[in-house]
Amino acid sequence: MLNCNEATKLLSKKMDIPLFFQEESALLLHLCICQSCRNYGKQIKSISKISKIYTQIDDFGNQQK
Amino acid sequence: MSDYINLLQDHQFIIDLRQQMLKFAVVQLASLQTAEDVVQEALESAFIHIDSFKGKAAFKTWVFAILKNKTIDLIRKKSRMVCISELYSEAEEMSIDELFDQRGHWQAEHRPNRWESPEDMMENHDFWMIFHICLNHLPAKYAQVFILREMVELESDEICEKMGISISHLNVLMYRSRTKLRACLETGWLNEGKM
Repeated sequence: MLNCNEATKLLSKKMDIPLFFQEESALLLHLCICQSCRNYGKQIKSISKISKIYTQIDDFGNQQK
Repeated sequence: MSDYINLLQDHQFIIDLRQQMLKFAVVQLASLQTAEDVVQEALESAFIHIDSFKGKAAFKTWVFAILKNKTIDLIRKKSRMVCISELYSEAEEMSIDELFDQRGHWQAEHRPNRWESPEDMMENHDFWMIFHICLNHLPAKYAQVFILREMVELESDEICEKMGISISHLNVLMYRSRTKLRACLETGWLNEGKM
């Protein structure tokens, strides 16, 4: 059974390379029982989205589409 | 037409813009001189077409797009980049371990809380300020890889090849960047941002 430290490492790794089947299934199992790690996973995806828009903002204010 | 003239006369805007572009370029190119050259080129090619931009925001978006492309070209041409994280010892390692207890579970005070949607966050001006501060707070050794991956949008294997690092080292650097940035955003945004 994964702990949160291991689960968050896999969540981050998944953003950069595909996980092995065993990693993927262990991660899924952990996420079923852990709201904090589910939050972490959503938030690093948000950070990725936000980072792409960050280079297009005007003085921390107006984002450009 | 009047927008175009205003833009050229707004020296402070150009100085600030150049400073932001330099910061963006120097982290990835690991050389101030190369970064200055590429920023200069990007600004020049943007000025050639300056009359097609209405206002500062559109101009800035475009100039950053040029900079991003020029930086990618340079990175692709380079056979090898200096990986900043190799210049530091692991001794002054950040305290990610402190986020978890001995069994590897979240410490109560560091547990990730629920966030609003990124779209809602991005609509708030204070959020961008906090994001900017947190990104600047990230040590250069993490920020370099993070910017290449999440902002320049290079593929993981491309970054590894250029920097001569293994994929597992990339995973470690990205994990630390994301975890540190996430914690900083949560502290800044949820605790202080909603003043």
